[in-house]
Amino acid sequence: MCGGSCPLAFAMEYTPRHSIYLLKEGLLDQVLKSNTLWLCVSCYNCTSRCPSGLKITDVLFPALRDAAMSAGHTLPAEFKKALDNTYRYGNSFGEAPRKRMDWARGAGVPVPIISQLKRPVEALWLVECYPAYHPRNQLQAQAMARVLHSMGVDFAVLGPEERCVGDCERLSGEAGLFESLVEKNIALFDKYEYDEIVTADPHAFNSLTRIYPDATGRQFPVRHYVEFLAARMDALRPLLGNRIEARVTYHDNCCLGRMSGLYESPRELLRAIPGISLVEMPFTRENALCCGGGGGGMWLDTVIWQAAHERLSDRRVAHALSTGADILAVSCPFEASRFEDALKSTGNEGKIVVKDIVELLDESAGTRGGMPA
Amino acid sequence: MNIAVLLSMVPDLVEELEIAPSGVALDTQWLRYLLSESDDHALEQALLLKERYGGKVTALALDRGEAEEALYTALARGADEAVKLTGIPEEGWGKRAAAAVVGAVLKESAPDLILTGVQAIDDMDGHMAGALAGILGLPFVGVTRSVDAPGAGKVLVQKEYPGGMAAEIEVDLPAVIGVLSAPQPPRYVPVARIREARKTRTISEREAPSVAAPEGLVIRRLFKPEPAERAEMLDGTPEEMARQIVTILENRGLVR
Repeated sequence: MCGGSCPLAFAMEYTPRHSIYLLKEGLLDQVLKSNTLWLCVSCYNCTSRCPSGLKITDVLFPALRDAAMSAGHTLPAEFKKALDNTYRYGNSFGEAPRKRMDWARGAGVPVPIISQLKRPVEALWLVECYPAYHPRNQLQAQAMARVLHSMGVDFAVLGPEERCVGDCERLSGEAGLFESLVEKNIALFDKYEYDEIVTADPHAFNSLTRIYPDATGRQFPVRHYVEFLAARMDALRPLLGNRIEARVTYHDNCCLGRMSGLYESPRELLRAIPGISLVEMPFTRENALCCGGGGGGMWLDTVIWQAAHERLSDRRVAHALSTGADILAVSCPFEASRFEDALKSTGNEGKIVVKDIVELLDESAGTRGGMPA
Repeated sequence: MNIAVLLSMVPDLVEELEIAPSGVALDTQWLRYLLSESDDHALEQALLLKERYGGKVTALALDRGEAEEALYTALARGADEAVKLTGIPEEGWGKRAAAAVVGAVLKESAPDLILTGVQAIDDMDGHMAGALAGILGLPFVGVTRSVDAPGAGKVLVQKEYPGGMAAEIEVDLPAVIGVLSAPQPPRYVPVARIREARKTRTISEREAPSVAAPEGLVIRRLFKPEPAERAEMLDGTPEEMARQIVTILENRGLVR
């Protein structure tokens, strides 16, 4: 089942199933020397379908990568750099922690930092690394700030103190790095008072809801914004004044979809925008195809390209294009840049616009002004 | 073979560099330090030699910034001992003074081979390794891309020259080698190993011996790079811009 479900199995020297059988025979070295362990992008397809309930994504692949690192295998350069950066700077970009709030300058609304507020807030917003530092994702963070602000949500961010939650580092097999991030983040979460944590990053959500509790024996009141906003529809709906006349198709990302079953909230938010008609693309919900960025995939693009001669995002934009939609809506920071790049590299630039749901809400609420293409 | 690797911490350029009010030093308020890149290669080179021929690797660093992190990481990567030289003045030392102090320490421990980076971002002219060799009266080869030890009492190094030339040089030990790069990229060490090293290993601390440092250059004033002429921005369609580029290149005699 795992071998047949894996979207990159065709490029692996050993499929996940084949690897499991080799490992059962004690042939660890043979698996470690193969390209298999670097081609997993943590889409959780295998995990969600495994009839034996094996944690292939959360346990097997990280363990293989850990074994390769411990055995001193040379790591793919971009991948190594991302891990080094996360350890040193708390973000995979290798950017200064002091620059973590630079994105907020373009938000046009105040983005309070909780250490400066010195009071409890309703929502502690974990901005996470890609929205804080990646130029494309900064637009999404800015839209989120405007939407929260105009809804009157009492929110604050951690600012320069914030550090990566570590989901991709964990799935990359860097258990020690993840452990050190968990320790530091828990200390930070405990430092302030808030009712709940909200994040736009499904990967952070994945680790905070499922893995941090296992590691610490504690639960964290965390929601992805699609749930957080859908639960506040009464405050949100009256703001959505601008019509967006467009056919929109939504890409279910792996962590919100397969791992958390959050299929309705994102669609509910899109349907709340006047003018939008929602169309479904092939392979949705639990069968959605991954964008290829999770579990370290963002840093393994070169390796994956060399083995597969395509990126999953290339295949996924073809699904979106087949619907004839005007807009491909997403709810994960990795996707906007991956899908925009895929449209360019497959010669489809301009045929569909990639927008985060929160960017569409922002446009409809007119907090930014302007209309989509 | 006893190998000593000198690790230098250099300013991390992830933060903007600012000049201190004194005008002759960097403002250290936000400054972080990281291991100099070619020293990272020197350590990798030492570990490769140890793996191949046995021996002992001692990492040595002046106590500056995150030197301790660099030393624990060196232990996690396979170094046998780590030594931190303490008592470094706040404003640091010039490279020649630092070389004199490190030289005094290495004279005592007398390793067979001393490896360090051939240059660093705060030592672009590569004083450190050569000065160290001079102080110790040892042979020196710099800009190496590989160091091998096929026979006793000597090493075989590959040294790079400009224009893609390289030489293979046999060097009698003890010697100082200024490493440009190791034959393979510095290995990744899982964070769990660094954390374990912090719990189970110790870094020996040593007060830096006081030695008369030779007079070096005196810094009278530091400048930020002055912006050069503004860049000329081209616009138009790609074809128009391509024609403009060709015209510019022709006008400057760069194409015929």
